[in-house]
Amino acid sequence: MEADRREFLKQTGLLLVLTGAAAQAWDFVLAGEPEKAPTYKLLDHWWAMAMDIRKCIGCGNCVRACKTENGVLLEPDCFRTWVERYHVHPDDPEHPEVDSPNGGYDGFPEKYKAGDGSKNFFVPKMCNHCAHSPCVQVCPVGATFESPDGVVLVDKTYCLGCRYCVQACPYGCRYIDPRTETVDKCSLCYHRITKGLTTACCEVCPMGARKLGDLKDPKDPIHDFLKDHMIHVLKPEMATGAKAYYNGLDGSVR
Amino acid sequence: MESLLHSVQGYIYPDELQLQWSILIVLYPFITGLVAGAFILASLERVFNVEAVKPTYRLALLTALAFMIVAPLPLQLHLGHPERSFEMYLTPHTTSAMAMFGFVYLWYLMVVLVLEIWLDFRKDIVLMARASTGLKRALYRAMALGSDNISERSLRIDDKVGKFITIVGIPSAILLHGYVGFIFGSVKANPWWSSALMPVVFIFSAMVSGIALVLLLYQFVSWYRKTAVDMPCLDTIARYLLYAFIIDFSLEMLDLVHRIYEADESFKTLDFMVHTKLYFSQIILQIIVGTLLPIGLLALVQLVKLTEQARRAIYGAAGLLTLVGIFAMRWNVVIGGQLFSKSLLGYTTYKMGLWTREGLLPAIILLILPFVILYILVKLLPPWDEARDAEATRAER
Amino acid sequence: MREWLRDREHLVRMGILFAGALAVFLVVRAVMVPKDFGTYGHFRTGALADNMAHPLVFAGRQACGDCHDDIVASRKGSKHEQIGCEACHGALEAHASADDPSALKPKLPDVKTICLVCHRENVAKPAGFPQVDPKDHGDGGPCTSCHNPHHPEIS
Repeated sequence: MEADRREFLKQTGLLLVLTGAAAQAWDFVLAGEPEKAPTYKLLDHWWAMAMDIRKCIGCGNCVRACKTENGVLLEPDCFRTWVERYHVHPDDPEHPEVDSPNGGYDGFPEKYKAGDGSKNFFVPKMCNHCAHSPCVQVCPVGATFESPDGVVLVDKTYCLGCRYCVQACPYGCRYIDPRTETVDKCSLCYHRITKGLTTACCEVCPMGARKLGDLKDPKDPIHDFLKDHMIHVLKPEMATGAKAYYNGLDGSVR
Repeated sequence: MESLLHSVQGYIYPDELQLQWSILIVLYPFITGLVAGAFILASLERVFNVEAVKPTYRLALLTALAFMIVAPLPLQLHLGHPERSFEMYLTPHTTSAMAMFGFVYLWYLMVVLVLEIWLDFRKDIVLMARASTGLKRALYRAMALGSDNISERSLRIDDKVGKFITIVGIPSAILLHGYVGFIFGSVKANPWWSSALMPVVFIFSAMVSGIALVLLLYQFVSWYRKTAVDMPCLDTIARYLLYAFIIDFSLEMLDLVHRIYEADESFKTLDFMVHTKLYFSQIILQIIVGTLLPIGLLALVQLVKLTEQARRAIYGAAGLLTLVGIFAMRWNVVIGGQLFSKSLLGYTTYKMGLWTREGLLPAIILLILPFVILYILVKLLPPWDEARDAEATRAER
Repeated sequence: MREWLRDREHLVRMGILFAGALAVFLVVRAVMVPKDFGTYGHFRTGALADNMAHPLVFAGRQACGDCHDDIVASRKGSKHEQIGCEACHGALEAHASADDPSALKPKLPDVKTICLVCHRENVAKPAGFPQVDPKDHGDGGPCTSCHNPHHPEIS
């Protein structure tokens, strides 16, 4: 056992040099858990999300799973992901009627009637993990950042709680966690995707309406998704480099 | 929380329910604006040789310092982790307007205000050190940095350095407040804030509020000390207030006309907000009571020949209304910018706490605090000319 | 030199005070900036590890299949084949990673409600998605009296 550990440390050391993931692996080593040190290579990934509005059934599984997986408060204003229901009249597409009762956590009780000439659909929302994140741009201290693998993360031990990033996010994806008085947001389940798992929301989506994708992996199905569909991102005029790609996104969606 | 949910109109993103920036963040641009404005007024005398405003020069400087000391407090109080705020100095993020606050603040407080005040009051400090004893003497000695030299030549040098600092100070004051405007103006996600005019509007409204504050303080101090008001001085300040106000109002109207004419996707949402939730604070308080009325009053003095008594009454009223108007303007920017959803489909409500950390009471205390500090500063460094002469005679004795 | 200094001495003192404060600031800064700051960008590299260190709650379908390969096989070709186990059975990392998983047996989903989470009629659902009004569909009993949730098609 002891020898194994030493061997491991040596290998880890090698890994450190090779991947440059020094500090992270080292944290585990110092914590006496070198076996947990990541073999994940930071620079080999570029994460994105593929969302298919044509598939979303508004079941709310993603919302519930996200809160469970990430210990998000059950408050009605703490969501890392949520689902919106759109009700659009074809003659007034600029003024859709939208609701998201408790973020879709409890599902969507029927509200509209079939055959009234309207268009109805669900839109799952989450952090877009923008490549040029306005939230990261405004953070005064570097407590929120774009990771080298394309995920916008928060350093909870470093965040001042100034809330500037909440103001800067065009998509309303950030909130203040009252327990820590720091900002909180979707981490793209960083603890899962770096272990080869998919995000909690994707794991439980019964329709495959959202799929995690690695744009640096040429074999990832996301490339086909992007190629075979008419793709749109939210608020493209913001030029945020959003990486949540939507198929079937209606022009009325904000 | 429940009541907040019920106060939502239309659709807002779920995480937008609560406002993130409270009345404390309204205070922040209000207070820094007073600092910048008071300083710019003070520098009129020094740099542009406007002799008439001289009686208020030193009072304006001390006022700027008193407010500057308080300026970061609302920010600190509002942070989730005030104890981490020093990170702004450790790892300032160069792309963040807010990160520059620490440096702009320190530069302005230490290099501009403290140095300028020190140079200007140095003779007084030395004289007071000579005239006093014990602890008081030690304090003034420390403030004089142990120097006892107030020779003609040294004071001339001080004056030259002071003038240089004032010249550096004007762009610094503009930077200080223009940058506060930039913090809001650069948020592209928020159509109510995002505007290149925002920093400029902030600078001119800062000048307006700072001048109004000094105008009021000078009258109050004269009344309190039972000294004669220098009317040419008061008239000049009021005239500058009017000019600055006209520019400020024109810029704000330009912004408004531009928005109405462009009528982009956010327009209907914002227009609705101005006519409902912001109607009182924007249309009534800011524009009618806080801008048009004081501009009208100040213009009246220019057009009609009035008695000294009447002019002083008008200046007092106009100054107060101006401060109300500028405060309302800060409120409408900061709070108004958070009342509508970034989905442009709905509105939330600001519920101000009373005794809470970010409530009304701390805000009131933070607004009183600068006056307490100013009182102490004035006791420590009397800005009146008579005081200087009296100290000089006492020291000679 | 001395003559030059005589009337500027207080300024020099102030200058020294400022320089001293600046030096203290630089030293404090050098000491206090986290050592791992800035390796990959303007952030603390350790924050990556902090984010990775969050515990798992959902095990992921791979982990379920490791033991329950019979169920995986029974779902082959079914309309529900692609659905993750935990979509219905809930988060089960505690079960999957337990030394004795049988000691931490997950509760079976309530078949009267779980199916309706997805299949209750709603006009916003995509056309073609099988959806029912429980008042008109079935006899009020559990869905499982007719449908096998792992293979729901009625042949």
